[in-house]
Amino acid sequence: MENLQLPPKPERSLFKKIRTIIILLLVVALYVWTFTTIDIDWGRAIERAISNFHRVIPKLFSPDWAAAGEVGAAMLETVFIAFAGSLMAAVLAVPLSFMAAQNMMGGKIVSTIGKWILSAVRAFPDLILAILFVVAVGPNAFAGVLAIAIGSTGMLGKMFSEIIESIDMEVVQAMEANGANKIQILFYGVIPQITPEFLSYAIYRFEVDIRASSILGIVGAGGIGTMIIFASSNRNWNEMGMILFSIIIVVTVIDFASARIRRKIV
Amino acid sequence: MTTKNSLTQKSMPLYPAKTKIQVTIIFFVVLGIYTFSMIKTQEDMVGGFGGALGNMYTVIEKFFPPNFAILSAIWDSMMQTIQMAIIATTIAAILTVPLAVLSAQNITTFKPLYYVTRTFLNLLRTIPDLVLAVIFVGLFGVGVFPGILALTVFSLGILAKLISETIESVDMNPLEAMRASGGNVFQVIWYSLVPQVAPQFTSLVLYVFEINIRASVVLGMVGAGGIGLVLNQQLKFYNYPNAMTIIIVIFATVLIIEFISNKLREALL
Repeated sequence: MENLQLPPKPERSLFKKIRTIIILLLVVALYVWTFTTIDIDWGRAIERAISNFHRVIPKLFSPDWAAAGEVGAAMLETVFIAFAGSLMAAVLAVPLSFMAAQNMMGGKIVSTIGKWILSAVRAFPDLILAILFVVAVGPNAFAGVLAIAIGSTGMLGKMFSEIIESIDMEVVQAMEANGANKIQILFYGVIPQITPEFLSYAIYRFEVDIRASSILGIVGAGGIGTMIIFASSNRNWNEMGMILFSIIIVVTVIDFASARIRRKIV
Repeated sequence: MTTKNSLTQKSMPLYPAKTKIQVTIIFFVVLGIYTFSMIKTQEDMVGGFGGALGNMYTVIEKFFPPNFAILSAIWDSMMQTIQMAIIATTIAAILTVPLAVLSAQNITTFKPLYYVTRTFLNLLRTIPDLVLAVIFVGLFGVGVFPGILALTVFSLGILAKLISETIESVDMNPLEAMRASGGNVFQVIWYSLVPQVAPQFTSLVLYVFEINIRASVVLGMVGAGGIGLVLNQQLKFYNYPNAMTIIIVIFATVLIIEFISNKLREALL
């Protein structure tokens, strides 16, 4: 038994070793910086938590059913915002994704520009977009629709372009060889290949947008977020419980339905 | 070539008639809901869509030129935002390990435990980050701590789900071999599961870090620390050039961190 030996570990090059050490040092430095400079007032936080606990937590679990109607209406508006926003985004993302995909418009330049546009759009958090649109079109649900539409375009465009890049190009080449023109290739070679996955991602995005649009009201862009802000500034935790309850129900139902539909499509 | 081929005239329809009808109906239903949503959401908008577009230009103009003089003043809060995301991601990455293992069908063979963890994570994921922040701010008062807590809980849900999916897709043969040669549960996990999951794990943690950065910049809007707090103040005072600077700083930070994280992930996988 003593003679059993493990196989020798594969040699690692000096460069890789140094690289690993540098990355490790950087990570350690990052953590040291983070934990030494962040200021958390533990005493106050704990004191607050002890005095607030019974005022907040039990009330969250006893939702205010009297507010159910109002909360329901706001939640419905949230769903409308998400629906209109995601559909707009799904339409806007199509041309951008064709632009960003390397195998469509030809040329690396177009594709790089397209990718840059998409990642620039993605860098704006939804809520920041909502702030801009609230200033532009006023504090109403339509600002939320626009924020969701633009915010989702970045992500959907990226997903779509990845789908386009992964299609079977042999079909396209075969059609080209048979003398099909660009439009014919698009309709018979490309679109049938990408449609199911496009739809699937668009529906998935709707799920994400339901969550996103439920908080847009915090900056005045309509939906249930408006009620969240009122409930929190009035310290009406029973109503907050009701809002939380409705968000959980609606999100779960839509997630479930969307998963069913997506399984059917792909 | 000018004479039409008889094949193209009586060609097989690409899709059967039933599918066509179904698709048409779905199309019109979607369009109907869309129109309804658009009408509903524009109900209380003054001046309608056309007015809004014209308005948009004049208002957006107020944001320019951004006031870069405040850069040094907002630097600290931006750093605080990044620190919040780092701490939250780290805590979530640690807490996610047991949760992910428990919610992976191939490791947790005890079904009730699997279903309980799964359901718990699903519920956790339905709550938006800002709602968590609002509740934690109500509980702990205004500050960084509720923000970190909200981010942690929020990212825990996403991370545990993604990692449990990774665990479910690993090659089970090494695990069985370990078990057959007498390894206990922890040995099996440590020697045959961890090496398979580690690169994916790191990549997903970085991905969640990106999400956290984006989430943490807005947490301040409800009083949970970071740059959002400053942004909210500036907007309340209608100080749009200052707000624009903050937005640009957020934009740049998100892009830079995304770039670094993307490079790291490419190197990992």
